Amino acid sequence: MQKIIDRVVAGSRITGEEFLRLYEEADLYQLGFMADAIRKRKHPEPVVTYVIDRNINYTDICISACKFCAFFKAPEDPQGSMLTREELLDKIRETRELGGTQILLQGGLHPDEPLEFYEDMLRFMKETGIHVHGFSPPEICHFAEISGLTTLEVLKRLMAAGLDSMPGGGAEILNDRVRDMLAPRKCSADRWIGVMEESHSLGMRTTATMMFGHVETIEERLEHLQRLRDLQDRTGGFTAFIPWPFQPDNTALAAAVEIEKTSGFSYLRMLALSRIFLDNFDNIQASWVTQGPKIAQVSLFFGANDFGSTMIEENVVAAAGVHFRLSEQEIKRLVADAGFEPRQRLMDYTPAK
Amino acid sequence: MDSFIEQAGLGDILAKVRAEERLSLEDGKRLFECPNILAVGFLANIVRERKNGNKAYFIYNQHINYSNVCTNLCKFCAFGKEKGHEQAYEMTIEDIKEKVRARLDEPITEIHMVGGIHPDLPFSYYLDALRAIKEVRPDVHIQAFTCVEIQHLADLAGKSVGDTLEELKEAGLGSIPGGGAEVFSPRIREITCERKLDGEGWLRVTKTAHRHGLKTNATLLYGHIETIEERLEHLDALRRTQDETGGFLAYIPLAFHPKNTQMSEHSRTTGVDDLKNIAVARLMLDNFPHVKAYWVMIGPKLAQVALSFGADDMDGTVKEEIITHMAGGESEQALGHKTLIKLIKEAGREPVERDTLYKVLETF
Repeated sequence: MQKIIDRVVAGSRITGEEFLRLYEEADLYQLGFMADAIRKRKHPEPVVTYVIDRNINYTDICISACKFCAFFKAPEDPQGSMLTREELLDKIRETRELGGTQILLQGGLHPDEPLEFYEDMLRFMKETGIHVHGFSPPEICHFAEISGLTTLEVLKRLMAAGLDSMPGGGAEILNDRVRDMLAPRKCSADRWIGVMEESHSLGMRTTATMMFGHVETIEERLEHLQRLRDLQDRTGGFTAFIPWPFQPDNTALAAAVEIEKTSGFSYLRMLALSRIFLDNFDNIQASWVTQGPKIAQVSLFFGANDFGSTMIEENVVAAAGVHFRLSEQEIKRLVADAGFEPRQRLMDYTPAK
Repeated sequence: MDSFIEQAGLGDILAKVRAEERLSLEDGKRLFECPNILAVGFLANIVRERKNGNKAYFIYNQHINYSNVCTNLCKFCAFGKEKGHEQAYEMTIEDIKEKVRARLDEPITEIHMVGGIHPDLPFSYYLDALRAIKEVRPDVHIQAFTCVEIQHLADLAGKSVGDTLEELKEAGLGSIPGGGAEVFSPRIREITCERKLDGEGWLRVTKTAHRHGLKTNATLLYGHIETIEERLEHLDALRRTQDETGGFLAYIPLAFHPKNTQMSEHSRTTGVDDLKNIAVARLMLDNFPHVKAYWVMIGPKLAQVALSFGADDMDGTVKEEIITHMAGGESEQALGHKTLIKLIKEAGREPVERDTLYKVLETF
């Protein structure tokens, strides 16, 4: 164990086997000290970044029906809705007024809107000049299916229409056994990685996520991280990794199988393990949306160097019964109280001002 | 691991901790000021494991707040109300009995009862309250009345604190909770709770209780206007008292909840400060057997993490907690047995259900 610790601190990459060994045997402090040493090496300045943005979900209508999701409405559900352009514009204006620099744009997988609809939406949004961090690989695959184009062509068209970067949503766990159980209609692990690789090849930066703490094994978490690390070796296109635990309330999955909510302790361990394994990722985000401000602040000592977004609006996690809210001022206070300088950033982690 | 502690500038304190040497107030100041919470936690964890091994305690208890009517009206409190206030209430002896009766089917081993400093309830009310609980639930341990209330009861009875305690014991009092300590500093008390029994008085009642065979707890209300020095003086006073009497069971740092108080301009405590208060206390209070992470105040997630930062106790399956929740506490009203046990196990600790005096009732 001490050998692994020494090597990690010296900057070496760990193998999958070593990852599993750390998962089984390392205590909270060993993981924390290693993750913190890596964070300090990658970010020698005591700075913790955050972004001001809002999540805009253009629709909650979705054909995917993932079992872990409490947000979507099936196409036949009369409660499903689409945002109007006025609503979209109001939300962007409000974001701007609060110092926001970007919109995280995501929807459900709407059954019948054509690709042109999304291109129009992007052009409309881009008239305001705001950065659009939008869609996710499952949406790109869905648009490809609807339009009969390849995902690469879809990406090119969306980028031409104004898409600036892509969030890493829909990754869940990149293993098809897990995906078949949770989200059989969502794109496969290979397709997710493929879309990300194409995005990076077109020069678009993206993030990567992992939703853990449901039906996956630790080996499957490792497979997820391994695939991300391999892709990052090939492209370097990921800006950040954001792991968060599954939030079970109001989901079909929790109704079908008994799933214990991931505890704060296990979250911190997984965060640190991710920081240790993903040696080619510059940034790791804390998830205050799922963990609350206290654990999120403590996670700055378990590998996280970014506090994520102020999320002026967030709907998906809230639908699963979790309602933490943090203002920019509160994020700055938490970061400063932990001994770091808070700094507003853009999607690519350059300073906002 | 030692190299991480040395890098954090705490190598000499690590050596002292390993040698079981008492830490100075200056050490305590360095620990509070150390920006590396992992290093501070690591040190606290050494003491925690030395004293309590891998055990993490909890208790099955019931809280009863007999009245919120209070003449002290401390500025940090959202619970106390003036008599006649629309939210003021007081339970009759029958109400108290009913509360106890309502949960007779649960395996409750402790009733935790505190209230305000009531202007006109007679001394007999308090004796009757204890007797009533014992009548309905004879085997239960009653932990009741903070030192502030005890002094008030002695004043009501016109007797010494010692004689008053004997009468209360006779009526069923088993031990005394740690509330009312706030911060001993006269500066803080003058600003926040000038009408309350002062720090010296609190310690005097505590020592009397210890001499009369009653175990007690100790608390510190942190996260408002107190300085690090004031926190440390408070801890030092507790440490010296414990040297003298050995009567403290547990130390419980209490996170200030500003909402609905007269100090609502303050922010809530942060996770790092919560962990630091637990860890530094574990290191300074070398003669206290237990340090509690009170999940009602800091939330179950952080309380679980605190089991690695010096805490060995998560309190209990509290129901009907009023005092923190009136001040905007957002944690669940009750954590089931099952959830507590799961949280403890997930944190790699051994869940132990205890009674008030830390006798092991069951391990899981």
